Amino acid sequence: MKYLDEYRDHRIARGLATEIAQSTTQPWVLMEICGGQTHTIMRYGLDELLPREIEIVHGPGCPVCVTPLETVDKAIALALRPDVILVSYGDMLRVPGSHSDLFRAKAQGADVRIAYSPMEAVKIARANPERKVVFLAIGFETTAPANAMAAWQARSEGLTNFSLLVSHVLVPPAIRALMVSQTNRVQGFIAPGHVCTVMGCAEYESLVRDFRVPIVVGGFEPVDILAAVLMLVRQLEAGEARLENQYVRSVSYQGNLPAQQLVGEVFEIGDQKWRGIGMIPQSGLRLREEYAAFDANRVFDLGEMSVDEPAECISARVLQGLKKPTDCAAFGMRCTPENPLGAPMVSTEGACAAYYHYRRHAVVKQEKLCQQSLQAK
Amino acid sequence: MAVIPSVVLTVEGATVCLAIPGKILEIQEQGPLRAARVQFGGIVRQVSLNFVPEAGLGDYVMVHVGFAISRIDAAEAERTYKVLEEMGELEAELPPAEA
Repeated sequence: MKYLDEYRDHRIARGLATEIAQSTTQPWVLMEICGGQTHTIMRYGLDELLPREIEIVHGPGCPVCVTPLETVDKAIALALRPDVILVSYGDMLRVPGSHSDLFRAKAQGADVRIAYSPMEAVKIARANPERKVVFLAIGFETTAPANAMAAWQARSEGLTNFSLLVSHVLVPPAIRALMVSQTNRVQGFIAPGHVCTVMGCAEYESLVRDFRVPIVVGGFEPVDILAAVLMLVRQLEAGEARLENQYVRSVSYQGNLPAQQLVGEVFEIGDQKWRGIGMIPQSGLRLREEYAAFDANRVFDLGEMSVDEPAECISARVLQGLKKPTDCAAFGMRCTPENPLGAPMVSTEGACAAYYHYRRHAVVKQEKLCQQSLQAK
Repeated sequence: MAVIPSVVLTVEGATVCLAIPGKILEIQEQGPLRAARVQFGGIVRQVSLNFVPEAGLGDYVMVHVGFAISRIDAAEAERTYKVLEEMGELEAELPPAEA
């Protein structure tokens, strides 16, 4: 397929890896924000192509992973009401809430449906006027225009049985929170190419300026990611901090203006809790007052909940790039994609799931070698 | 073709942050809403064009949860790809990397 195959060309990838190795003279810690990029790195073993000096840590950019536990619990509570049809993106279904997940609710008889696009949820509402249809509207800036369009469409049609349970997060405030954190080790960021496709690059320019940290807007194929790493290494080695755009085929400086306009019309910025990380000021989107009739929180008077994560799950530190999934004692044993303790093991964009799918054999092999060498002693 | 499974996963599996490129086969005007039939490898899906009014027949668009979010800039893509390709050609002439 055009614009995919050529960015998976191993010849070019090797060329880039050689160039990165030649450009690197000292250790650097780089973070990719987006879970889609994490998966590409693991799937193609890009971290193993890089020189030892370059450490890649994985960021919080998995929308499913950072959706608060309370939102999952609210979705389950709504789904179990007989008058409700709960519509969700597929990868939210197995995300554990505090006691259950949407799959289990479905097995208990809840009407939970999977949609590829939020517009399908609007269609379901239109076809079921006697039921209340709730769409679990999660995501980063990439998904906000689509979710905003669903709300806008429902409002312009005058639908009275459609609402959104919103959990929307924004990338730049999360980078800011990481940078001011005492534990931060990150020296350069690969910014998420699809978020920037929608939002443009201006917000990242101010991050570069405020923290003197290089940021490269990167794509999602192996060649894209290696090219972004090379751009970061060249800047770091030269002592520079600039914003660069590797993903020019999709990202423009101003972003997608019609999408930004609709998002601004439907949503407003507010404080947002991130699962595993906590509250980050002004880091989320909520429906505007004009859309109150489409806000599931108000329609159903869900109130506030506060619940704790399972103690054994270290996803909080994984999502902040402080730990690797394989540092977790439960990884691959008590926590698997079939039976996850935390959200990053569930999502197709979660770091734990990426390591589980592409690296767990390597981990087992390493452990065996370790045990053998201990026994030999 | 090795790329197909992941494409199927993205189109059918409802992942939340991935977007994939597809080619516009046909434009469908539906009142104020504008949609298109878009081809992803062997799969064709209906995609909303509301956010990329400039996209036309034969263009490639990045698609996320049923919405085109950008029209791929073919000239920019070609220009940057050429630079990358030259790097790959250089690599092919070098001896294999040491383990």
